[in-house]
Amino acid sequence: MDHLDCIEAHSIYILREAFNKFNRLVMLWSLGKDSNVMLWLAKKAFFGHVPCPVLFCDTGKKFPEMYSFQKKYTREWDLDFIRRECPPIEEIDPALPPSVRSASRKTEALKRLIDELELQAVVVGIRRDEESTRAKERVFSPRGENAEWDFRDQPPEFWDHFRTELLPGTHIRIHPLLHWTELDVWLYIQRESIPLVPLYFARDGKRYRSLGDMDITKPVNSKADTVEKIITELLTTKVAERTGRMMDHETEDAFEMLRSVGYM
Amino acid sequence: MTTISISNIEQIKLVIAGHVDHGKSTMIGRIMQDTGKLHDDKIALLKAISKRRGMPLEWAFALDAMRAEREQGITIQTTQVFIRTATKSYVIIDVPGHKEFINNMISGAASADAAILLVDAKEGVQDQTRVHGYILHWLGFDSVLVVINKMDLVNYSKNRFDEITIQVNKHLEKMGIIPTDILPVSALYGDGLVHKSQNMPWFTGHTLMSSLETVLPKPMPMELPLRLPIQDIYTFDERRIIVGRIESGKLKVGDTLMFAPSNAITKIRSIEAWGTNLPVLAASSGQCVGITLEDHIFLERGFLASHNTDPALQTYFFRARIFWLADTPLELGRRYKLKLTTIERIVEVYKIEKVIDVFDLSEHSTSRIERNMIGEVVLHARAVLSLDEFTFNPRLGRFVLFDGYDIVAGGLVFTDKLQELGLTSSQSLQQISTVGSYVTIDNRWRANGHKSGILWLTGLSGSGKSTLALALENILFRKGWQVFVLDGDNIRSGLSADLGYSPADRYENIRRVGEIASLFANAGVLVITSFISPYRSDRARARALIPTLFHEIYVNASLDTCKKRDPKGLYKKANKGEIIEFTGISSPYEIPASPELEVNTCKQSINQSIEKMLSYIQEKFSIESDK
Repeated sequence: MDHLDCIEAHSIYILREAFNKFNRLVMLWSLGKDSNVMLWLAKKAFFGHVPCPVLFCDTGKKFPEMYSFQKKYTREWDLDFIRRECPPIEEIDPALPPSVRSASRKTEALKRLIDELELQAVVVGIRRDEESTRAKERVFSPRGENAEWDFRDQPPEFWDHFRTELLPGTHIRIHPLLHWTELDVWLYIQRESIPLVPLYFARDGKRYRSLGDMDITKPVNSKADTVEKIITELLTTKVAERTGRMMDHETEDAFEMLRSVGYM
Repeated sequence: MTTISISNIEQIKLVIAGHVDHGKSTMIGRIMQDTGKLHDDKIALLKAISKRRGMPLEWAFALDAMRAEREQGITIQTTQVFIRTATKSYVIIDVPGHKEFINNMISGAASADAAILLVDAKEGVQDQTRVHGYILHWLGFDSVLVVINKMDLVNYSKNRFDEITIQVNKHLEKMGIIPTDILPVSALYGDGLVHKSQNMPWFTGHTLMSSLETVLPKPMPMELPLRLPIQDIYTFDERRIIVGRIESGKLKVGDTLMFAPSNAITKIRSIEAWGTNLPVLAASSGQCVGITLEDHIFLERGFLASHNTDPALQTYFFRARIFWLADTPLELGRRYKLKLTTIERIVEVYKIEKVIDVFDLSEHSTSRIERNMIGEVVLHARAVLSLDEFTFNPRLGRFVLFDGYDIVAGGLVFTDKLQELGLTSSQSLQQISTVGSYVTIDNRWRANGHKSGILWLTGLSGSGKSTLALALENILFRKGWQVFVLDGDNIRSGLSADLGYSPADRYENIRRVGEIASLFANAGVLVITSFISPYRSDRARARALIPTLFHEIYVNASLDTCKKRDPKGLYKKANKGEIIEFTGISSPYEIPASPELEVNTCKQSINQSIEKMLSYIQEKFSIESDK
C-alpha cells in the first residue's frame, strides 16, 4: 500500500463506522474539492452507493459554476440530495465580525436541519492541515445541545475506537478526511480522476484554492490550470490554502469563535 | 515531477512527548519555520499575536491555536502538523505536557510510529517526563529519540548535556527503552534542528532532522496470521458483502475462513471493489475490504475471520495492562464495555494484580486503580472473546474500556500465567478453544430454522406477562419453533425451591433465571421468561450474560389496571399487609429505560399485543432464506 492507499483505507474505515453506528446521519457537500473526495470515498466504502442523504447548505451566494456542478453530479452520482437555504443575515448575531457573521448562516442552517431531522451525526470533510483549530479535532467529535464544540473536553480517541454514544439532544461530527493534506487531496484527485468545479484551475493568472461564498472568497495568483500544475505549485507555495477565505482572518480568534459555536 | 515519486514518499508519524513547558510546541513550530512549512501570512500572524502579548516571536503559537492555550501559555489539546522534506513526509503530533491532559496525550501518542522524548537541559527529568516515558513504554515503544532542549539556557554546555544524558539514560533503562539517539538543541533559536548548531561545535552527531531520516514507519503486519474483524454487512444490491479491515495477514479468493465465535467455516467467493475494472484476487493488512462468501452463514459485526488453520485465541479470561483515564477509579467486580477492534463485550474486573508507580516504577498491590495509573488486572468476559496476545499481534491485543458514554481505559492483552490464578480448566484457554467448536449455535439455528434468544418479559404483577408468554409459546410451537416459557411456576417449584422473597433471595432467583435462560438460548431455543424482575440492575445482569441474544420486553400496564385485574388476589393481600415487599405496593418497580419492545396491555387488547410481539419475533429471529 502506498501513502494514498493508506489514507484512503483509513477514511473508508471511518465512513463505515459512521454508517454502522448511526441511522440518522447526513454528509455535508459544500461542492468543494474536499467534499467531492469525501463522496468519492463513500462510493468506494459502500460499493458505488452513497447510503445517506447529502446536504448542501445554500447561502445563495455560491459561484454559478458551483450550482451547475451540483446539478450535474447529483444526477450522475445518484445522490439523495437535500438543499437547505441558509437563513438571512438579519437573523444572525450582529455583534459578530462581518465575514464571520456571514459564514454563520451556514451553521444556522445546519443546526435547524439537525433539529428537524433529529440527526445523530453529520459527516464533514474538514482537514487538520487546512486550519489550526481544525488540527485540534477528533475524528468523532461530540457537539453539545447547541452544536457547540469544547476543544478542551474532547473524549480520548485512540486505536480507532471512537466515542459513538450520544447524550440526548447532542450530535457527533464525523471527520473522515481529518488526516489528509491539501497535497494528498490533489494527488488523489489526479489518481482517481475526480471531477471538480472548474474555478480551481487558473484563468487569467488567478485561481481559487478554497471555495466559499462569492463575496467573502478571493482567488490567489496562479498559473496552474491543470491538476498536475496545481500539484507542482503546492510543493513550493508559501501561501496558505485558506488565504482567500476572509472569515478566517478578521480577528485572531475569528475561526475559533465560528467553530466553537458549531461551524464546520 | 511525477505523481509516483510524490505519493510513494512514506509518511512517518512522530509524537513529541515530555514535561510541560520543556518546549515541545516551540520545537515543532520552529521546525515548521526552518523547513519552510510556515506560510507567509502565518508568520505575520504569529508576529502580531506574540507582539500583542508583549512576547518575542512565539513559535508554539503555530500549534497552540486556541485563545485559552495562548493565554495560559500551555498546550491543552493534541494537534498534528504535516512536514515534508525531500525524501520523507512527517506527521508531527504535539501533545500537552500538563498532567491534567493525559487523555489528550494518549489520544495523540497512540497512533505514532516513533517517539521523541524532549527534556529541558536546565530542569532535567521531571514528573511528566517520567509519566510520558512510561506511557510510551506502555504503548509498545521500545526505543525513543531523546532531545535535550533549551541548551541556550545552559550556555550550550557539553558538561550539562552529559549530565542530563546520564540522567535520562538511567530512567529509560529501568523501563527497557533504548534511546536511538540523544541530541542537544535549542528549539527557540533553531540550534540542532534542521541546521547544525554553531554554538555547539563539540557535538558532532546528527541534527534532529537528519536523525529522523533513519526512522521507518511501523511495518504492516503482513506476515502474521489473518485477522479480519467484521465491521458490517451490506446488502445494497443482490450481493451480501462482508466488510472489515484486515488487521493482520492476508487473504485471497478461495481461502477457507473460520468466523469466531460461531466458528462457522466457509470460503471466500470474491473480493468486491468499486471503481476498478480488474477483479481483485487478494488483499492484505491495512486494507478495508469487502468479501462475499460461498455459504450463507450467520454473521454480524464483531465476528472475527481467521484462516481455519490459524485462528485467534478464544477465551473468557485474560490478563491486561491497563492505563486508567477516568476520575472514578477501576474497582474489583465492576463491569465495563470492552471494545477490541469491532468486537464488543461486557467484561468484569475479576482480579486486580498490581498497580505500577509511574514515577519510580515500583509495584504495589491495590484494590483500585486511580486516574492516570497503570495497573495489571484479570478481566472476565461474559461471552467468549477472540483476541491475540499483544506482544504477538498488537492490533488484536489492545482494547479500550467504556463506562457509559466514556472511554475510561486503554489496555493490552496478556495471556500468560492464567493457570496460576486458579482458574479452572473449563475457564482456561486451551479448554475453551476446543469445546463448542463441533456444534455451533449457527448449526443449531439452521437445524431449527430460526434463531434463538431470550424474550425477557418484565412488568407489574397482573400486567399480562404470563398470558402473553404462554400464548406466544403455543402459537410458535405449532409453527414448529423450539420455544419454552420460564415462569414462577416452573422455576420456584424446583430450581429455586430453596429461596424465599427477601431482596437477597429475589436477586438470587433472577440470577438463576438469567443463567438458565442463557443456557436455553445457547441450546437453540427461543426462551420466554415471565418474571416481574423489578430491578434494572438484575435485568442488566441477565442481559450481560448473552447481550446479543437478549431482548427486553416491557409489558406495560398501569398499577390501577393491575390492581383491578388482580388475577391471583395478591394485591388484596399486599394491601392488607399480608405480603411484605410487594412490587408496586411496598417495593418499587423500575421501568425499563430502553427496552427492545414495549407492549401496553391497557391500551391494546391481548391479541393486539400478541400480534406486535409476533412481528417482532419474525423480524429478529427468522433466518434469511438461502439463495
